[in-house]
Amino acid sequence: MSTISMSNPVYRRRRLVNRIMLTLSGAAVAFGLFWLFWIILTLLVKGAGSFSLALFTASTPPPGLPGGLLNAIVGSVLMSLVGVLIGTPVGVLAGTYLAEYGSRGWLAPATRFLNDVLLSAPSIVIGLFVYTMYVAQVGHYSGWAGAVALSIIVIPVVVRTTDNMLMLVPNSLREAAVALGCPKWKMISLVCYRAAMSGIITGVLLAVARIAGETAPLMFTALSNQFLSFDMNQPLANLPMVIFQYAASPFQDWQTLAWAGAALITLLVLGINILARSLFRK
Amino acid sequence: MNSLQGTTMSQPTARTKLEVKNLNFYYGQYHALRNVSLQIRENRVTAFIGPSGCGKSTLLRTFNRMFELYPGQRAEGQILLDGEDLLTSKQDISLIRAQVGMVFQKPTPFPMSIYDNIAFGVRLFEKLNTVDMDERVEWALTKAALWNEVKDKLHQNGNSLSGGQQQRLCIARGIAIKPQVLLLDEPCSALDPISTAKVEELIAELKADYTVVIVTHNMQQAARCSDYTAYMYLGELIEYGETDQIFVKPRKQATEDYITGRFG
Repeated sequence: MSTISMSNPVYRRRRLVNRIMLTLSGAAVAFGLFWLFWIILTLLVKGAGSFSLALFTASTPPPGLPGGLLNAIVGSVLMSLVGVLIGTPVGVLAGTYLAEYGSRGWLAPATRFLNDVLLSAPSIVIGLFVYTMYVAQVGHYSGWAGAVALSIIVIPVVVRTTDNMLMLVPNSLREAAVALGCPKWKMISLVCYRAAMSGIITGVLLAVARIAGETAPLMFTALSNQFLSFDMNQPLANLPMVIFQYAASPFQDWQTLAWAGAALITLLVLGINILARSLFRK
Repeated sequence: MNSLQGTTMSQPTARTKLEVKNLNFYYGQYHALRNVSLQIRENRVTAFIGPSGCGKSTLLRTFNRMFELYPGQRAEGQILLDGEDLLTSKQDISLIRAQVGMVFQKPTPFPMSIYDNIAFGVRLFEKLNTVDMDERVEWALTKAALWNEVKDKLHQNGNSLSGGQQQRLCIARGIAIKPQVLLLDEPCSALDPISTAKVEELIAELKADYTVVIVTHNMQQAARCSDYTAYMYLGELIEYGETDQIFVKPRKQATEDYITGRFG
């Protein structure tokens, strides 16, 4: 009889080990997904239930009165937008330096290392840093300070993705561009960026998702605001801070608003992530 | 193809387009080219043959200073293009590379439309209006024997073409900027026999306007489409001469061994 058959002991042992490992990894996936779905389900049940037009048209109310989250949504959008607008160009340019110009010398490896440190720095440290350097200097909390703190969170994410995505562009493409007599800056801007575009945009979107829910850096910078405001020089309401304040309050209607805000942020982050993944897959 | 070789022999010796003098090349510590000297004739096809790692691609990549993209690689000696030394030239490196075009082993279409792939290089040096640019794109694609296959889908992405078409697109891109010398680094190694035949036909036509240098692993290809052949081994130029002479009665035993397959 041939040794290659179902009764082969080596093969049977391999199949058994395979089955055990597959069961274990399946259980691990189920464990992780269980909590994720529980969180989303809870948020949807408690938060999305109170979604209404007023949520998007009225500002945060005093206890006992009806209201919404308009001021917090506006503040969050404003600060995230400015944060991304500051962080993206800085991050893309720095990432370009690392990937395209950093092959010689010590500066690029050192920068890459420090960027990774910044990437994993606790966001509360960034909040305190901006508080000391900006808020304490001008003497008041402001939307600008919040946006700056968020941009400091955006930068390392964008630097890292830009660097990685440009590294994925094959050198043969660079050689092909250069062989046509293309100067380096045009090679980067016309060929490399184009090849790495979807990856870089994905990085920016993931950075947006990251800052959309950051609370700590805003606590020391933008603080919060009970009223609708577009003035970036004044304290600005934002979703994470409203959730933080209202969820811990004793008032039932404030708690409901906090749930709604939490559901809103989660759905937004979920949406951005799905968008980013589908974009990158293209 | 045979008739082509027949005409080669009756042609008078062409003038020297590219002259390599005592060229040494280093990858860091590794000495990859040793005292290579040869003259490449204008409007002729010159083939570099030899086993893997013998330095033929390295030699080719010195002609447009491509090696300078990488730290640690350096060349010593002289490479004269029409008498002017490329290696020490004060001329802008981009201008040199525009005169000495290159097509690579693997097709490298840019992530843009077929049209833009061709127009990309042209736009670097010329400001053409739409009509002239359309004409130039058609001219280059026709030269590269690709026009009929792509004329209805010029705005599709270059990556949507087949491998053989992509390689001809790269050749079209290379000739669109009208270089004087065209370097081909194993242009057919990733292609099927039909695409290879098309590219070889193309090479035969290109030499009317350009000086062509081709690196190839395929000795039949060198015999079919080149006028001059250089045999290299371990970074040294072993023998260089007219293709017919190299393949029919090589002067060196080493060349004969390689060509007849007795090598190694």
